[in-house]
Amino acid sequence: MSAEQSPKIVIVDESPVRAAILEDGLREAGFTQVVHIREMQSLLARIYAVDPDIILIDLENPSRDVLEAMFQVSRAVKRPIAMFVDQSDSASIQASVEAGVSAYIVDGLKKERIKPILDLCVSRFNAFAKLQEELERTKSQLEDRKIIEKAKGILMKLKGLTEDEAYVLLRSTAMREKKKIGEIAQSIITASEMLK
Amino acid sequence: MTAPLRIGFIPLVDAAALIVAVDKGFTAAEGLEVELVREVSWSNVRDKLNIGLFDAAHLLAPVAIASSLGLGHVKVPIAAPFNLGINGNAITVSPALHAALMEQIDGDRFDPMATAKALAKVVAIRRKAGAEPLTFGMTFPFSTHNYQLRFWMAAAGVDPDEDVRLVVLPPPFMVDSLKSGHVDAFCVGAPWNSIAVDLGIGHILHFVSDILERAAEKVLAVRQVWADKNQDVVAALVRAAVKAAEFIEEPANLAEAAQILAQPERIGVDAEVIQRSLTGRLKISPDGAVRESGRYLLVGREGAGRPDPAQAAWLYAQMVRWGQTPLTPDGVKTAMSVFRPDLYDAALGLQRPTEAPGAFGAFVGPAFDPENIRGHLEAFAVGRWKV
Repeated sequence: MSAEQSPKIVIVDESPVRAAILEDGLREAGFTQVVHIREMQSLLARIYAVDPDIILIDLENPSRDVLEAMFQVSRAVKRPIAMFVDQSDSASIQASVEAGVSAYIVDGLKKERIKPILDLCVSRFNAFAKLQEELERTKSQLEDRKIIEKAKGILMKLKGLTEDEAYVLLRSTAMREKKKIGEIAQSIITASEMLK
Repeated sequence: MTAPLRIGFIPLVDAAALIVAVDKGFTAAEGLEVELVREVSWSNVRDKLNIGLFDAAHLLAPVAIASSLGLGHVKVPIAAPFNLGINGNAITVSPALHAALMEQIDGDRFDPMATAKALAKVVAIRRKAGAEPLTFGMTFPFSTHNYQLRFWMAAAGVDPDEDVRLVVLPPPFMVDSLKSGHVDAFCVGAPWNSIAVDLGIGHILHFVSDILERAAEKVLAVRQVWADKNQDVVAALVRAAVKAAEFIEEPANLAEAAQILAQPERIGVDAEVIQRSLTGRLKISPDGAVRESGRYLLVGREGAGRPDPAQAAWLYAQMVRWGQTPLTPDGVKTAMSVFRPDLYDAALGLQRPTEAPGAFGAFVGPAFDPENIRGHLEAFAVGRWKV
């Protein structure tokens, strides 16, 4: 951002982690003026106080509708416009909506300066979504492992099996019933608790 | 059908015909596979419909018109082959504002002219005392709620842009905002008014049917080009929605309909609260007072499902009155062409409508004539319209 001053960017996001990922990305790309708003009360007043050139908001945030009202306020000094209101870049709109981010741009900002910011947001949002998915998967795998261990213990005790035999029994039952091994393990735990 | 239809909705009771159409199997009976997608904001519903991530949507009628006119956002012509609800909103005020209004009221407490005049007095008293202007929450700049609030207060000379503050709030935030004092009142659809009353933090001042006896609220919206390409699908959707609306309106089915709508992935509130909105029997005050109206929310009865272009013209007239768009002959035409009774009739094989749509029944002003929007605007002192 040597020739022109860095535009002021507001990130409206209740997820502190995603906002941090986005903010880091923007700063790395040379956008130095980034403000994160987490609190949704009096959102418009907060935004007016910052007076940004660009507002980024995640699509899961109901306060998007609050931002839409900004286009109607005739007394506002600066009137933001919705992203690419000229319709010339429907691919960008589609990519950003699919990624879950929406951008509002204050009138007057040159379009070529917006594109890299939006592209960056889309890729960071996608990266965050992937990260979250992996986290969820790891969490459920961990959870499964704990359950399987417990079910193995029950089988070993009740049927006098070795650890390996108990696992084989769980696995073969899961395959036969076309279920996940974690589900079979869970039903063993539930059943043993009922029979206690 | 290769892929299921994706239809977006906002968790509100006036999505009833759409939700019941899918969950009770009326769409399946028409050979449609539908995935309902719950959304958090009207902006999302509009954008996802506009760019094709949704095939159809439960949409605020004025948003469908604004989209077709290119107001506020990208211009995408929308067609509304089915009207998802008539009326259904209410104005809820905080206990403090309610007490102030009741102190000033001269006349029937349910007469909107009496309450609007009381509001004008409260506004004047507050101004004299140097108090902050009253703040009213509504759901979207292009919403029936916005226009209904304005229509009501302006009748007594309260300028909605000068004398009070109107702010947009997502419906799920309305109740909290009233509780925290962030707003003094709001206009929103069911079930949020009832929830505020149940929590003891709000009084329902008006059903919107006090202000307008018949006001188009939400529509089933599709993109115009999509409707042209998928005529059979549109017709099947309309038939399923009509059957669902009939099902909901049958008193014997009320409990089942409320149960379907109450599901966590649908509206996600108590079935009992939903049932209140469907029957029009609402608790209006924390002390337990109940008010009943046959006009609170019309899902299918009185021809509610058939889109009425005159209603679109009325909404357009409000956009003009409040400076959202200038009055032009093309504008009126575009707005009216969004509401598609022809698609509704074609789907049901009707030669002509079975009954004429009911009148607006506005509590103030001359009878609305879509051919004379200028006359409508000139009848009101408060407004900021341009030709």
